[in-house]
Amino acid sequence: MMKAFDPIILNLILLAPLAGALLVALLPNRGKLPNWIALLTTLFTFLCTLHLPAHFNLAQHGFQYEINIPWIENPAISYHVGVDGLSLWLIVLAGLLAPVGVIASWNAITERPKIFYSLFLVQQTAMFGVFVSLDLMLYYGFWELSLVPMAILIAMYGRKSGPAAALKFFLYTFIPSAPLLVAILWLYARTGTFDFVTLQVLLTHGNFPAAAMCWVALAFLFAFAVKVPVFPLHGWLADTFCEAPVALAMIVAGKLGLYSMLRFHVGLFPAQARAAAPWLIALAVIGILYGACMALVQRDFWRLIAFAAVSHLSLIVLAIYGLTFSGWTGAVYQILSHGVVDAALFLLLGLIYDRYATSEIAAFGGLAANLPRLATFFVIATLAMIGLPLLSGFVGEFIILSSTFSSVSRGWAVAAAVGIILGAAYMLSLVQRLFYGPQSSMVSAKPSTDLRFMQIAVLAPLAILIFALGAAPSIWLNAIQTGIHPPPLTSVQSLYAPATSENSFPTPISLEVQR
Amino acid sequence: MNPVPDIYRILPEVILTLTGVAVMLLEATLPPSWPRRPLGWVAAFGTTFAFIASLWQLSLPEGTGYFNTVETSAFTVFFHVLICAIVLASLLLSLDTLPHDSHHQGEYYALIVFGAVGMCLLTGAIELLLAFVALEISSIATYILAGYRKEAPKGPEAAIKYFLLGSFATAFLLYGIALAFGATGTTQIYELGRLIPAAQNHAFVVTALAMMLIGILFKVSAAPFHLWTPDVYEGAPTPVVALMSTAPKAAAFALLLRIVYEVFPSLHAVSTPLLWAVAVLSMTVGNLAALRQKNVKRMLAYSSIAHAGYLLAAFAGIGTIGIAAASFYTAAYAAMNVGIFAVVTLVSGYEEELPLVDDFRGLLHRSPLLGSVLIFFLISLIGIPFTGGFFGKFYSFSAAVGGGAIWLAVIGLVNSGIAAAYYLRLAAAAAQRPDPDKTYSTPEVGIAVRAALMLAVAATLVLGIAPGQVLHAVQSGAHTLRTPMPEAAALPVQSAP
Repeated sequence: MMKAFDPIILNLILLAPLAGALLVALLPNRGKLPNWIALLTTLFTFLCTLHLPAHFNLAQHGFQYEINIPWIENPAISYHVGVDGLSLWLIVLAGLLAPVGVIASWNAITERPKIFYSLFLVQQTAMFGVFVSLDLMLYYGFWELSLVPMAILIAMYGRKSGPAAALKFFLYTFIPSAPLLVAILWLYARTGTFDFVTLQVLLTHGNFPAAAMCWVALAFLFAFAVKVPVFPLHGWLADTFCEAPVALAMIVAGKLGLYSMLRFHVGLFPAQARAAAPWLIALAVIGILYGACMALVQRDFWRLIAFAAVSHLSLIVLAIYGLTFSGWTGAVYQILSHGVVDAALFLLLGLIYDRYATSEIAAFGGLAANLPRLATFFVIATLAMIGLPLLSGFVGEFIILSSTFSSVSRGWAVAAAVGIILGAAYMLSLVQRLFYGPQSSMVSAKPSTDLRFMQIAVLAPLAILIFALGAAPSIWLNAIQTGIHPPPLTSVQSLYAPATSENSFPTPISLEVQR
Repeated sequence: MNPVPDIYRILPEVILTLTGVAVMLLEATLPPSWPRRPLGWVAAFGTTFAFIASLWQLSLPEGTGYFNTVETSAFTVFFHVLICAIVLASLLLSLDTLPHDSHHQGEYYALIVFGAVGMCLLTGAIELLLAFVALEISSIATYILAGYRKEAPKGPEAAIKYFLLGSFATAFLLYGIALAFGATGTTQIYELGRLIPAAQNHAFVVTALAMMLIGILFKVSAAPFHLWTPDVYEGAPTPVVALMSTAPKAAAFALLLRIVYEVFPSLHAVSTPLLWAVAVLSMTVGNLAALRQKNVKRMLAYSSIAHAGYLLAAFAGIGTIGIAAASFYTAAYAAMNVGIFAVVTLVSGYEEELPLVDDFRGLLHRSPLLGSVLIFFLISLIGIPFTGGFFGKFYSFSAAVGGGAIWLAVIGLVNSGIAAAYYLRLAAAAAQRPDPDKTYSTPEVGIAVRAALMLAVAATLVLGIAPGQVLHAVQSGAHTLRTPMPEAAALPVQSAP
């Protein structure tokens, strides 16, 4: 019976947050009404996202729950959405983190809750939109849209210098998206379609000028690399983490950029991705080591987490550009794991920040005596982050490192492993400095209450998920693997086969009316 | 031969003229103690009727009237509707923001309506002399309106500057028309289009084209003819700026389209590189100068110069594609610009006590409605998808790419990136928490302004989410413009805007 929802489930997932946002904006700001509407909307959306894995057909490759409706006639933009193994769990993860984010903001956001929650919900729609769009223009629309609520909220609720951080965040992502748009338009001018599935076929078998394709692929890559961020483009991340409200910082890093890399860079331009791979692998390993070293010396825990994120996200980039089947599986898995673990860490640090209003690590010490439950959750998240077996981080890191070691390069794998060891160093030292040792004067001066029921209710699912991801990886991996088809290496090889058709794309871009 | 009475061809103009006259007479005859605000409502209703009459004109067969001097077609209807909508929005905006004790309110409303007559006539004229007269009607109205705040130190300066430079520019246009007449012996646009390729003296015709371009590019404030814009926008009352940064520009762009595509189609090789250069210059100069502005109105003035550049990029498109893209852009630009000036009027106040970017700090916290609307229009001006600004740029640059001007599109997109910086500065100021040491007055948002804002928001959203209908309208318009002899192609218009 629930099957009946299959054809509209993605509409529901996209529209429900938007409807919630409208409702929040229109209804009066009375008591906690905006919070409740946002919570109910996000819970409903989460339920909708759970429908996807529940009815996902593991035997079927390609996209499921597809909807394809023409939207604008000329240029031919359509509302084409669908889900495959690559995006399946990412959507569920985004769905899960939304109510978590709402509860995390429950008492933290007191001024202008209407604006906060309506923009938060718009952000949800934009994120889901990025994950499900199969039309390049639609995708671009959601990609750009995802910037706006984030930037406004950082400017509004920034801790110290919100507007500056918001500006940095916006421009860092907006400027690379200009070449992305040109590249998308160029593809349309050559092929007459924005449709991802069609383009994938056309680009694999078509005959395109190599130099131009190289630039087009580079434009895609550049936009995504900034968003991830890949090593020299990470300038925005630390400031954003310092300023963003917890609920948004949880969702900002990594997922959108990494998913886009997998789907739209490697997926559309396998040959160009292969050419770029050595560079990206090198940058990824530099990013892993650089991020880890920078994290070791940070004095502010938001910045520490930011550089830790650079390090961990670079590991996923390494996996993607290893261009191996298992590397990709590990990459998607690690995006999930990192999403959950990072969210948990952000929540916990946010709770600490709320209590003590400082993020300077040196001011803390001996927190565990005051906040034993918080400390427990923090240690679980930390251990997951550094890859303890049976916790979520281990599986992804193991798959990535072993595939890199066996089929990419032993040297890079060893270097990346060094970064992971450093990861243990900075994370454990963070735990040690925050929670253990003698109580600092600030902590003893401000005795504060431990986690309350609501907060545990939010953290517990994340902790359970950390165990579930680590203990039963096959549940998740099976679905992910259906999305990785054909395996990247074979699709690259098929490019070396002679092109089957020449000049089969005569439709240039035009605004002409068809009379 | 022509079964449609001539008067139907200029029905919106007639309605607007009657409205203006009525407002003037009422102003003069009503006792001085009576409030003058209802005159604004009279003007608004008259404009609404003109709007409806323009739409009704779609049911007429296309054709010309008054001895081939005016025409009605999908093209003219599109611009009529656009101009009437802009005028309506600025009337609504003025109704709530004009101080109740200000002098000569009747004249103010009448001048807006008379200006609209000129603008509408300009888009329908197919006789250059009539176009010139129409341009003067609209210009003189805006000259006076620009100086309406006589007490403000910058008001009269703005009016005089605008008047002197504007007269100078129209002289260029007139000179161009004279040269074209000298070369061909006619000033009728279709006749010119037919005769100019055969004209004996090539230099003569090229000079005529250049002169006309100068005259019109001044009106649309494209660089390097933009120097008046920031000063005039700063000095003029903000509701008037909302009007004059959009409606006269839309009308002037309509004339520019006619001149480039109908009068001088044979000289594309000359006009295209000229417009290419002007487009690049406008975008770059406008955006770089806007980056340095602290006064919001001056910043938006430079931004409007940049937008004229984005619009001119569409002229690199081939034939109907370029025309359709340019027409679409005028609509998208008008919607977001009227909207943002409405917000600026409310926040800065009619007397502009708070004109700086810093004065907008915390707007989103102080007045969530105005703050979010301001940010919405800024997003559209930046060109984020799902707003009119995005599709405007999208079509304009697509047309440029289609016409082979890839570099123009690239420069345009780089410029959009630069522009984002100053729009965001304003947006970030609005989103920031208010300065705790300062007290702010919360601006009141009256019913009429609310209506104007909603009109602008709705138009921007429709153009961004469902541009299909408008696209159809501009494409039909573009097709009617491409037929040099209207008798030969009396096609029924297929779709309404």
